[in-house]
Amino acid sequence: MPKDHGIGASSKRREDVRFLTGRGRYTDDINLRGQAYACFVRSQVAHGRLNGVNTADAEAMPGVIRVFTGADFEGIGGLPCGWQVTDRHGEVMQEPGHPVLAQGKVRHVGDPIAVVVAETYDQARDAAEAVVIDIEELEPVLDMKAALEDGAPKVHDDLTSNLCYDWGFVEENREAVNKAFETAHHVTTLELVNQRLVPNAMEPRVAIGDFDPGTEDSTLYTTSQNPHVIRLLMGAFVLGIPEHKLRVVAPDVGGGFGSKIFHYAEEAFCTFAAKQLKRPVKWTCSRSESFITDAHGRDHVTKIELALDAEGHFQAIRTETYANMGAYLSTFAPSVPTWLHGTLMAGNYKTPLIYVNVKAVFTNTVPVDAYRGAGRPEATFQLERVIDKAAREMGIDPVELRRKNFITQFPYATPVAVEYDTGDYNATLDKLLEIADVSGFESRLAESKARGKLRGLGINCYIEACGIAPSHLVGQLGARAGLYESATVRVNATGGLVVMTGSHSHGQGHETSFAQVVADMIGIDENMVEIVHGDTANTPMGMGTYGSRSLAVGGSAMVRATEKIIAKAKKIAAHLMEASPDDIELKDGAFTVAGTDKSVAWGDVTLAAYVPHNYPLEEIEPGLEETAFYDPNNFTYPAGAYACEVEVDPETGKVTIERFAAADDFGNIVNPMIVDGQVHGGIAQGIGQALLEGAAYDEYGQLLSGSYMDYAMPRADDVPFYTVDHSCQTPCTHNPLGVKGCGEAGAIGSPPAVVNAVVDALQRAGHTGVTHIDMPLTPSRVWSAMQG
Amino acid sequence: MTKVTMTVNGKPVSGEVEGRTLLSQFLREGLGMTGTHIGCDTSQCGACVVHVNGQDVKSCTMFALECEGAEVRTIEGMANADGSLSTIQQAFQDHHGLQCGFCTPGMVMTAAALLEKNPKPSEAEIRDYLEGNICRCTGYHNIVKAIMAASGQDVGAIAAE
Amino acid sequence: MYAFDFERPTTLDEAVAALGTEEAQALGGGQTLIPTLKQRLAGPAKLVSLTGIAELRGVCIADDGAVCIGGATPHAVVAAEAAAHYPALAALAGNIGDPAVRNRGTIGGSLANNDPSACYPAAALGSGAMIRTNIRDIAADDYFQGMFTTALEEGEIITEVRFPVPQKAAYVKFEQPASRFALTGVFVAKYADGVRVAVTGASEEGVFRWSEAEAALSSDFSAGAIAGLAVDAENMIGDLHGSPEYRAHLVKVLTGRAVTAAG
Ligand SMILES: Cc1cc2nc3c(=O)[nH]c(=O)nc-3n(C[C@H](O)[C@H](O)[C@H](O)COP(=O)(O)OP(=O)(O)OC[C@H]3O[C@@H](n4cnc5c(N)ncnc54)[C@H](O)[C@@H]3O)c2cc1C
Ligand code: FES
Ligand code: FES
Repeated sequence: MPKDHGIGASSKRREDVRFLTGRGRYTDDINLRGQAYACFVRSQVAHGRLNGVNTADAEAMPGVIRVFTGADFEGIGGLPCGWQVTDRHGEVMQEPGHPVLAQGKVRHVGDPIAVVVAETYDQARDAAEAVVIDIEELEPVLDMKAALEDGAPKVHDDLTSNLCYDWGFVEENREAVNKAFETAHHVTTLELVNQRLVPNAMEPRVAIGDFDPGTEDSTLYTTSQNPHVIRLLMGAFVLGIPEHKLRVVAPDVGGGFGSKIFHYAEEAFCTFAAKQLKRPVKWTCSRSESFITDAHGRDHVTKIELALDAEGHFQAIRTETYANMGAYLSTFAPSVPTWLHGTLMAGNYKTPLIYVNVKAVFTNTVPVDAYRGAGRPEATFQLERVIDKAAREMGIDPVELRRKNFITQFPYATPVAVEYDTGDYNATLDKLLEIADVSGFESRLAESKARGKLRGLGINCYIEACGIAPSHLVGQLGARAGLYESATVRVNATGGLVVMTGSHSHGQGHETSFAQVVADMIGIDENMVEIVHGDTANTPMGMGTYGSRSLAVGGSAMVRATEKIIAKAKKIAAHLMEASPDDIELKDGAFTVAGTDKSVAWGDVTLAAYVPHNYPLEEIEPGLEETAFYDPNNFTYPAGAYACEVEVDPETGKVTIERFAAADDFGNIVNPMIVDGQVHGGIAQGIGQALLEGAAYDEYGQLLSGSYMDYAMPRADDVPFYTVDHSCQTPCTHNPLGVKGCGEAGAIGSPPAVVNAVVDALQRAGHTGVTHIDMPLTPSRVWSAMQG
Repeated sequence: MTKVTMTVNGKPVSGEVEGRTLLSQFLREGLGMTGTHIGCDTSQCGACVVHVNGQDVKSCTMFALECEGAEVRTIEGMANADGSLSTIQQAFQDHHGLQCGFCTPGMVMTAAALLEKNPKPSEAEIRDYLEGNICRCTGYHNIVKAIMAASGQDVGAIAAE
Repeated sequence: MYAFDFERPTTLDEAVAALGTEEAQALGGGQTLIPTLKQRLAGPAKLVSLTGIAELRGVCIADDGAVCIGGATPHAVVAAEAAAHYPALAALAGNIGDPAVRNRGTIGGSLANNDPSACYPAAALGSGAMIRTNIRDIAADDYFQGMFTTALEEGEIITEVRFPVPQKAAYVKFEQPASRFALTGVFVAKYADGVRVAVTGASEEGVFRWSEAEAALSSDFSAGAIAGLAVDAENMIGDLHGSPEYRAHLVKVLTGRAVTAAG
């Protein structure tokens, strides 16, 4: 029987009511009295020397309050990078400055040069056209390999080259890995591109700066996944505002997918300008602008080699990846191709030797950073594609080849520095074969053939590391921040609770699922628990939501705080019932003394906490409010298996997804409905990457796919109903809820399934030369592949 | 500035607008009805869909002055008279047809227009009708399911809960 | 958007007068023009909306049997009202963009704009339609003059489009995955005096007639009739979504499919 409340129940989402009735409160819905509007003047060239900015004409236009340029930000900090990678040789990465407004040079189309602030947005935009910019165009750096050649133009003149870092992992294994390849029975090699994506949360970014001259407090309203992180980065590194004078509010946020983790120039600008002008300054991004300003994702060029013995056991993996950083280092960019990618190269398999080399490169393109999955989709894609290719080369069934190499004993320490706590990869694979009806494939194949269509089946596994992570470990790896999470649980006198979490919900449904957990622990109705998030003024310092960490880390903090509440409440109950706290039990919202029929209700205890007439004041303080910070001691490792069936139109190359199935192991599940939804969304993004999406630049560094006219977003008719299952559950061993995280799995597991399926379809149709097609598998690319 | 008068969710409203004021701007900025969202500037995402004289249109691609005298219906006017969720809204909640909620107003307005014309659409008809509504969160599964459920169809057999 | 004046006349005469002034521009459904204005790629001093003019809206049948569509008739109305008379045309209209676009976008706007990937130009050229304006009638063969270019003069309004109804016809659109316009689309119509084949989305020159296919199909209206023909990739559009060779290939595949669909 599915549960109807508490942990494990598909409770309906309470946030839905406001969203369904048009009462959500997104940042753009906020208008402050007296607000002015900002319009950014951006570089239209990819690379150029900025010789001058003349604002005189613009300044004279109607409604213009002030025009800001790079000169206004001299002496003010640049946008900081939150992760420092140390390279193969022990050197720290090259880290260029990242000015709020361009200084001396522009480095990508979209780089901000000046900002007009005016009484209305239209006036600001009219005046923005009157800003005269003197740019001497320079040859753009676009191709990563060319960028590293001697004599290539430099994106940053003050760096020695366009190489950010050359990372080797695990460097000590390098020789042993090379040796293993020399003696291997079989080596499969695959070169591939994990293309650049544009995140495209449906809500474009917005920032509103506000300043109170009376208190000298600054407030920033912003579309962020992590308001505390923005407060820390912007306050401490950019504007020099101490945190107690700076409040950051991220109200309802319309999706993030990583792109709203980072601290952006527009946030710093609006906060800065509001203080200068002593009035609120609002910036609303248009979609066109978001294409050239939101951090992009992926953009790896990889060569992967897999060494196998005669039976198909994996002996070693060697990869060489070029990772595009774009023009500047976005907030967490350096971590993505390294620690979020290299550490996952073992996948679900026992491979004794692994060596990952990553060269991160600056180019004259929009900065690249974490996008749903961040590094893990890139690792999974190359691994699961090369395994498929190896299976074909060696004549081994791809499912069997995977099984043969599965890790089956846990905990398992991989050769790439992580330890998987639990998992059962055979179980998820078995479940997948069942729910995907793999045994029925042949008859569906015959049916497709009868209609003149090719059909293919792609299966793959994935593992990811979520719940990022132990602060001490990430600190060693280069993170410049801790990665704990926080919660304050405030119990009110009449028994209701407010949970203030450092996590942030922008679609994940925290307001519902977090309440389920707390209500379950106490045994009260979920509606007695309110979840507050998104405002640094009323939540404890937390690191926000990304990397599928909310429940595993934020939820754990909330559990710890609630445990403290319960412990204290038991003491109060014990006092009220004249019993020993050790004998008090809490069940269904009532405290009882074990072995007796004495009982007090939850509400009696909470009232006593705030009206402490009859209260153990000498032992405990009045009130019932606790805070906990939770710092996990490991990542969590969700894993699973995905299957995709495609049809290919042999005449046009058009691929349609006919069936898609996912069997995931997320450990324990709090709200199955929400988990399904997270997987569905991830799968659609993965299908989007596999078939539709791709950011392409031309030779001048202009973004060709700069709007929905050319950047193909998955739509309702691009995808089928998905079959998803999460009944295989090996609970996480090191967090109190036993949860692993489910937000990214779909986007990680699905691209290789789709590409494996298309290659399978072509192979079955006799196109035996087609071993790989680079994403997105557009009709024209698939058709070209079939032409040989 | 020109005065424009229309009926929004049954109430007569008017305001001063420029020629270039879009219906979406008039609703959001002029009337403070921020349920209608703006997700793009190329008329493709559908976050802004409202009904004008009973037809689903993109309010970001229509001028306020084109709505002189029109009956406009927005997401704020979709709930039942007693404030409870309408059948479509309720189905979206029941079947988890929304996550971040940003595309949701447009999805609900589009779904309502579809069901008016086609009370029992097939899965394929629903997916086709949603061509102009982009959702980045849900993968559409639960949106399609919610619309089928709202039209009284049994969705129990659709894969996954 | 730059600022402009806005007028919404209720008669054609008023519209013509309003468009007579400097830098005035007609506004149909706005589904192309408004996004263009948002990008500030156009800056008219005045917009003259045609949507309030009853005489420009609707579908009717002329004495000679031609289907006549008012210049400001939205795609959705054509899809519904032309279905009984010219199913292939109605189906084409019913598959332009999405429902909200079809409720606003008009045939006059589409033909005036002559986007190289638009659908209506294929129908108009493929049907040998007559484009009637406030001052003259223009045969489709004379009307389309390369991408985004037509025979229309400044201020000229498309008031009606007359489609002779063929014996058989079909339009097959292969969608560009992002915009959903035609990556390539082929309209095939069989008339008593021969077959017309119009191709959109493919050529740098905009919509065009594939005369070799027309000749082949006029003597044998079957998909097999064009098997031996080849389409030259020269002058085909090459972009992110497909090479010239791919588009040339699609022209042939889609022509065959359109013939089959026409029955
Ligand atoms: C999301 C989306 C998807 C689309 N998909 C497709 C598609 O698949 N296929 C397709 O063919 N089109 C597509 N379109 C374009 C759509 O069909 C437009 O409606 C059409 O191209 C323009 O018609 P309109 O009435 O909106 O014209 P407007 O945008 O109002 O005007 C376009 C131009 O025509 C002029 N004009 C308008 N009416 C007249 C007239 N009667 N006489 C003379 N000049 C006039 C205007 O001055 C302007 O220059 C799509 C549009 C959108 C937004
Ligand atoms: S905002 Fe109207 S279609 Fe995107
Ligand atoms: S629910 Fe977020 S875009 Fe649809």
